[in-house]
Amino acid sequence: MESKNNWKAWLYLAPALILLSVFTFFPIINTVIVSFTKDYDVIDASFSGFTFDNYIDILTPIHNANGNDGTAFESVMLIGLPNTLLLTFITVPISIILSLIIAICLNSIKFFKKIFQTIFFMPYVTNAIAIGMVFSVIFDTKYGLMNFLFGTPGFPWIYQNLTTGATVNYWSALFAICFYIIWHSLPYKILIFLGGLQNIDAQYYDAAKIDGAGRFKTALRVTVPLLSPQILYIMITSFIGAFKEYNSVIGLFGASGGSFDKTTGPRTMQTIVFYIYEKMGENGAGGAGLASAAAVVLFIIIMAFTIVQRKVSKSRVHY
Amino acid sequence: MIMENVIETKNLQNESYKDVVLVMRDEHQSAEEKDRASKISHIIAMTFTYIFLAVLAVIMVFPFYWMIITSLKSGTEIKQLVPTFWPMTMRWDNYARAFAQLNFLVLMRNTLIVGIFSTLGTLLTTIFAAFAFARLDFKGKDFIFTLLLGTMMIPGEMMVISNYISVSLLGMTGGTNVIGAYGAMILPFMISVFYIYLLRQTFRQIPNELYLAAKVDGKSDWEFLWKVMVPLAKPTLTTILILKLMGSWNAYVWPQLIATGNPDLYLITVGLRETFSTAGDLDAYGAQMAATVIVTVPLLLVFIFCRKYIMRGVSRAGIKG
Repeated sequence: MESKNNWKAWLYLAPALILLSVFTFFPIINTVIVSFTKDYDVIDASFSGFTFDNYIDILTPIHNANGNDGTAFESVMLIGLPNTLLLTFITVPISIILSLIIAICLNSIKFFKKIFQTIFFMPYVTNAIAIGMVFSVIFDTKYGLMNFLFGTPGFPWIYQNLTTGATVNYWSALFAICFYIIWHSLPYKILIFLGGLQNIDAQYYDAAKIDGAGRFKTALRVTVPLLSPQILYIMITSFIGAFKEYNSVIGLFGASGGSFDKTTGPRTMQTIVFYIYEKMGENGAGGAGLASAAAVVLFIIIMAFTIVQRKVSKSRVHY
Repeated sequence: MIMENVIETKNLQNESYKDVVLVMRDEHQSAEEKDRASKISHIIAMTFTYIFLAVLAVIMVFPFYWMIITSLKSGTEIKQLVPTFWPMTMRWDNYARAFAQLNFLVLMRNTLIVGIFSTLGTLLTTIFAAFAFARLDFKGKDFIFTLLLGTMMIPGEMMVISNYISVSLLGMTGGTNVIGAYGAMILPFMISVFYIYLLRQTFRQIPNELYLAAKVDGKSDWEFLWKVMVPLAKPTLTTILILKLMGSWNAYVWPQLIATGNPDLYLITVGLRETFSTAGDLDAYGAQMAATVIVTVPLLLVFIFCRKYIMRGVSRAGIKG
């Protein structure tokens, strides 16, 4: 009976395993292989030998036989990486702290709880591209609401002022996209934290009250430690998510990723993932190799961060 | 003993029984004062909490509000230096223009085809795999399950490149091979490790006695799966169905790569971005915002009517175990 059960089980698993092999397992290995090929051509899968050049092109400005002119280095190390890191380290901490405060507030109120919960969850069920376009209208140079509110008519938040020719300051564009990303990423975090808060036993709060702890102290010393599993989960998933930021850039700045004043920072808001997709879409020889190498580099960065986070948090998470 | 005496005397002096409760005076406040103070501080805290939440709620809703009113404004009204917070005249024709520019019927057709097939496919592969992991015994079960969960850690970009190469080799991208392009947009999305995990958890909660009883009744695994487990797991399956359909509606990267160069193959989100790609074109803003309303409203409607299922599915991810 055991053996009969055995092959039946594999039959049930077959559809999932076949699809996973074709679209997940094989591609992971293949991407690593392609990242070491020279002149990989997407059209007929031909290439001329193996090389480290793709990695050298991306990670160093050294000119080599591949005909490296430094553009790959500029796109990945001077534009993609700084943008990705800035977006990650600005949006992740702010959105986690903000969502934690909102969740604690939501958990403490009695009236209108459901309505507030619904409102705070709304951005989750929207289309990143569509709402990105709405934000680009709000941040519009000439007639945008932001310029009206701040009393700065014609200030080029994210698009150049075509009349005066004023170029976009990198930091204003960064502000706009961070605002959007945080807005968009709050709902999921709030929901997870609320779920965690509802599981906290009321006796902890009673104990804190008897000890005379104030609201703030209770939140900091009781709620946060008891929520630490959820906080760790959210931290890891949102770091991974932020490292892969792409849709928000497309939504806000369009397919070009924006165009900013070079003296103020990177000249576009292109991220590493942006570079990967851009190179992949180029049907010429070599693009796929560079895209694969960038994907592998991104994977290593994400892995390293995840492992460090787990190590650091191990002593701080209370289960 | 001595303490009690003190209290006793004090009590007699005040001639009020209530003060007995006030054995301990704290910071020179009586219990009543203390009680009142804590009540007041509670009210103040609640007021601030509500103000804080209300302000943030306004910020959360504002983009939706701005999208809707801008979609109803005329070009000249959008260009006013002092923005209006309600359209002076409702310009419904923005919607007519948006529908026309979007090539809406084609986008809808493509999105529905891709959405329905990838959702049905996902449900089937998920039900089978979750059943195997939850109920059946086989060699290497734990190893394969761990392997599957491991793939969730790997960024999708690693797979997208190779998958793109594969479908290009098979001639499934771009213009001419329509069936191939649909296949390329559907097949990779007929599987989801996360949903397998989610459904496995639900299946495992179904008591083993039911399975044994079915065995005694001579029911096969197949019958048990469809007659007992699937009906019992309906809420989870509904959650998967809704989230998956929403995923197809929002899909951008992969469908955009596949459909490049052939607008007849665009899904709704790709169509939206490609149609209104020129930034800063103010005359088009009305129609552009109308188009974003058209893309956003179905999602919000689904959310309003299926809130329970969506929030349950999403929050399940954060619960350990």
